[in-house]
Amino acid sequence: MMPESSLVKDHYGISVKCGAPLLRHFNQSSLPLHGNTNAQSAFCTQQNVPECLSHINQEVSSLGLRTIWTELDESSDLNVVTVLNCMHDLIQLHRRSLRTLENMEVEQLKSSSKLDYLQLSTTRLKEQLECSKRENTGLLERERQLQQKVKSLQNCLKNEKEEMQKLQNMIASRATQYNHDMKRKERDLNKLKERLSQLLVDKKERKQAIDVLNNIGRADGKRSVWKTEKTEAKHEGEMYKTLLSDYDARQRDLVLENAELRRVLHQVKNDMVSLLRLKKLTQKGVQNERDGTQANSEEEQEEEGFEPGKELFSVHASEKLTNSIRLQWRRLKSHVEQLDSQVSLAQVNAGKSSETTPRETQEEEVDKLKLEIQEYKDLIQTQQHLLQHQLSSSCDEITSLRNDGYMLQEKERLRGEWKTLEGQRSIFERERKNFTEAAIRLSHERKAFEEDRATWLKHQFLSLSPCGDPKKLMLSNPTGASSTGETELNLQLTQEKLSEFLSDSASTPKYRSSSSLSTVDLHHALHATPENLLIKPKVKTTNTEESRNLWEDFPILQELSEP
Amino acid sequence: MNFSEVFKQSNQLCKVSPDGKYLATCVQYRLVIRDVNTLQILNLYTCLDQISHMEWSSDSLFILCAMYKRALVQVWSLEQPDWHCKIDEGSIGLVSSRWSPDGRHILNTTEFHLRITVWSLCTKAVSYIKYPKACQKGLDFSRDGCYMALAERRDCKDYVSIFVCDDWHLLRHFETETQDLSGLEWSPNGCVLAVWESCLEYKMSLYSLDGRLLSTYSAYEWSLGIKSVSWSPSSQFLAIGSFDEKVRILNHITWKKIAQFEHPAIIDNTKTVYKEIEKRPAVSSDEMSLHDITVASSLFSTQSKYDISPLPVQIPVVKPDPDRANPKIGVSALAFSSDSRYIATKNGGFQVHSLNWHCSGDSLILIGKDQLCLCYMDADQNNE
Repeated sequence: MMPESSLVKDHYGISVKCGAPLLRHFNQSSLPLHGNTNAQSAFCTQQNVPECLSHINQEVSSLGLRTIWTELDESSDLNVVTVLNCMHDLIQLHRRSLRTLENMEVEQLKSSSKLDYLQLSTTRLKEQLECSKRENTGLLERERQLQQKVKSLQNCLKNEKEEMQKLQNMIASRATQYNHDMKRKERDLNKLKERLSQLLVDKKERKQAIDVLNNIGRADGKRSVWKTEKTEAKHEGEMYKTLLSDYDARQRDLVLENAELRRVLHQVKNDMVSLLRLKKLTQKGVQNERDGTQANSEEEQEEEGFEPGKELFSVHASEKLTNSIRLQWRRLKSHVEQLDSQVSLAQVNAGKSSETTPRETQEEEVDKLKLEIQEYKDLIQTQQHLLQHQLSSSCDEITSLRNDGYMLQEKERLRGEWKTLEGQRSIFERERKNFTEAAIRLSHERKAFEEDRATWLKHQFLSLSPCGDPKKLMLSNPTGASSTGETELNLQLTQEKLSEFLSDSASTPKYRSSSSLSTVDLHHALHATPENLLIKPKVKTTNTEESRNLWEDFPILQELSEP
Repeated sequence: MNFSEVFKQSNQLCKVSPDGKYLATCVQYRLVIRDVNTLQILNLYTCLDQISHMEWSSDSLFILCAMYKRALVQVWSLEQPDWHCKIDEGSIGLVSSRWSPDGRHILNTTEFHLRITVWSLCTKAVSYIKYPKACQKGLDFSRDGCYMALAERRDCKDYVSIFVCDDWHLLRHFETETQDLSGLEWSPNGCVLAVWESCLEYKMSLYSLDGRLLSTYSAYEWSLGIKSVSWSPSSQFLAIGSFDEKVRILNHITWKKIAQFEHPAIIDNTKTVYKEIEKRPAVSSDEMSLHDITVASSLFSTQSKYDISPLPVQIPVVKPDPDRANPKIGVSALAFSSDSRYIATKNGGFQVHSLNWHCSGDSLILIGKDQLCLCYMDADQNNE
């Protein structure tokens, strides 16, 4: 059956194809086999019998069965036996194929059911596996925890052991100390017992005694006092006094310290307040105004409430102070935290850009800040210079002002003096003018007078003496000593004349510009007249009065003649 | 520095008079008085037995020589070398002897601390004080010499008695809150008495002059407690050194701790650390507010110098024997400078016998077993 089966296998597809419709046919029309002659007749008709035969032959041969018809047969009648055999074979084949089909179907069913079963079992097993895994992890976790517990318990055990060891050591040391002390006490006791027995046995008991050559005085030189209640009370009093003084001293120290601390706290508070105010000024837009006003109002309240120095010792004041300091500190802290957050934000922002830039930017910022610092330093220095210069210049101004003041004073004084001098000079000028005028006039009048005198003398001489030398007289008269009589006359005459002329001249002053007249001429003119006047009064005493009169009349001359 | 010739002395009894003019040394049973400037022997006294204790009176006129074995006290006068005074305690024995602050009374503590006998040199009168306590520091005079505080123990309870030194009148007598009083000390202003417990419990009680309890302070429980106590000269601070190697400073207003100083094994927070270079090098540190000073004893009298060692410095720590009582750990010596600005402390088992500040407050003298060290605060120099 092998080749057939192989054939069947080989041609399974074909045979199935062929067999399938046939099967369908047979399945469908298994009962009405006989009734299917119509269908058969569709294949084979009276006309195409040989074709059918050949076709069937081919097919049968292809199936591996004996052919039912050979071409060699002469009659077109079919060999029924072969046909029947063929049909039987076909039926066998068909049956076999059906069987195999059934088997296959059965096997397929089996395999599908097996597959299902396997699938189910795999899912079940997977679930089981997961469950077991979970259990495993749970168990591992438990194991870990238990191990940790074990470790901690071991540690505890170790600690407890150590502590116990320590306590044991302590107990041991205490025990040794106790034993030592006990032994010492026992030794003392033994010694005491020995001593007691010795004393009891000993007959000779040495008594206590003191042997002093002479009493010595007390250290402080005072006499010792009997012990009385008064002394006891005094001792008590002294003891309490020492205690009290000690407490007083301590309290004083504490009060001072307290005051100092209060002062320091107050200072700190003020510093913080000022610092926060500054910060508030710089951060106007940042803070809420509400908070600011609130804080300001709070601060004002505090400022009003606290009066340092007045309520130093009241509890309220100290409480207020501490509260205000706490408040300020909180504010300062919050402010610093703000600053910190700002800085960190800035840092974060800088860090967001890149990883390396923060550092660089920081360095750049640091450099910038350094530059700025340098600039500011320079600015401060220049300002300092300027300020110094300003101060020094202002100092100079001040000194110059001061000097000016002095100068002014001196100026004033000098002006005054100048004025007086000017006044004096003007007076002198006037007087000089007058004097010059007078001198000029005098000279003129003297000239005139001389001429007159000369003429008069001429006349006189001519009248008096028939001959003689009037010129000689003229010459000798003014210079040398002359005869008395004539001179008297002359004097009288001259004086009278002079007085007349001078009075005339005095009454009618003639002003002439003195500038043209030089002082030398004046001196000459002056020298001339005083000589005459001087000489003449020398000769005669009576003339002194007249000459004095002359001097009085001509004070100018007197003045000018005086050195 | 120049040194004089070496003089003999016994029992470390060598004291300068309070007025600074005389130097008294004891050699066996002789008392030698020298002039401080010339070191000439001014007086020589002979006692009846080996002198156990010698003390100047406060006015520098008398010297007390106590011979504990024979229960004798002899008093010598400087002004009158012929004057003599002998106090014989008799069978009752003598454990300690001291002057009163006025220099005219001698307080003898008998054997087994049975009583304190107060002998008056002015009147030859005797007073007895019963039940004095035998403890580390059971008797203290106030700085002005007016009051004396005495620890007493009656019926297994501690009491403190305050006497007026003028006439030994008992001013106050009160029970203290201590289980086993170990010591008491007056504050320099004489108004507060610090009373502390034995080392088994850390407890410091402060009593006012009139006997009221002002405050108690306890830093911790159960471990060994207070080892040393020191008042600051201004009475503002009380320094307590304890066995846990820490110094705690209390303030006089609240009697609460205001500062705590530690003595760690590794120093790295101080300004400078001076290390003595020697056979067995020791470390000393010079800090603004804390000294940790050690002086090593040398076998030979070698010159040692101090070097500034770089921080951090490790101090050699010797673990004390835990089985022995009074272990050599903890802060055992405290000294305030005179202006209360600095405190010098000695921690551990180093061989420093005493710490003393100069009265001007800027130099410190350490006396070790064999050596002497002067530390200057500002000049940063160490002389030997």
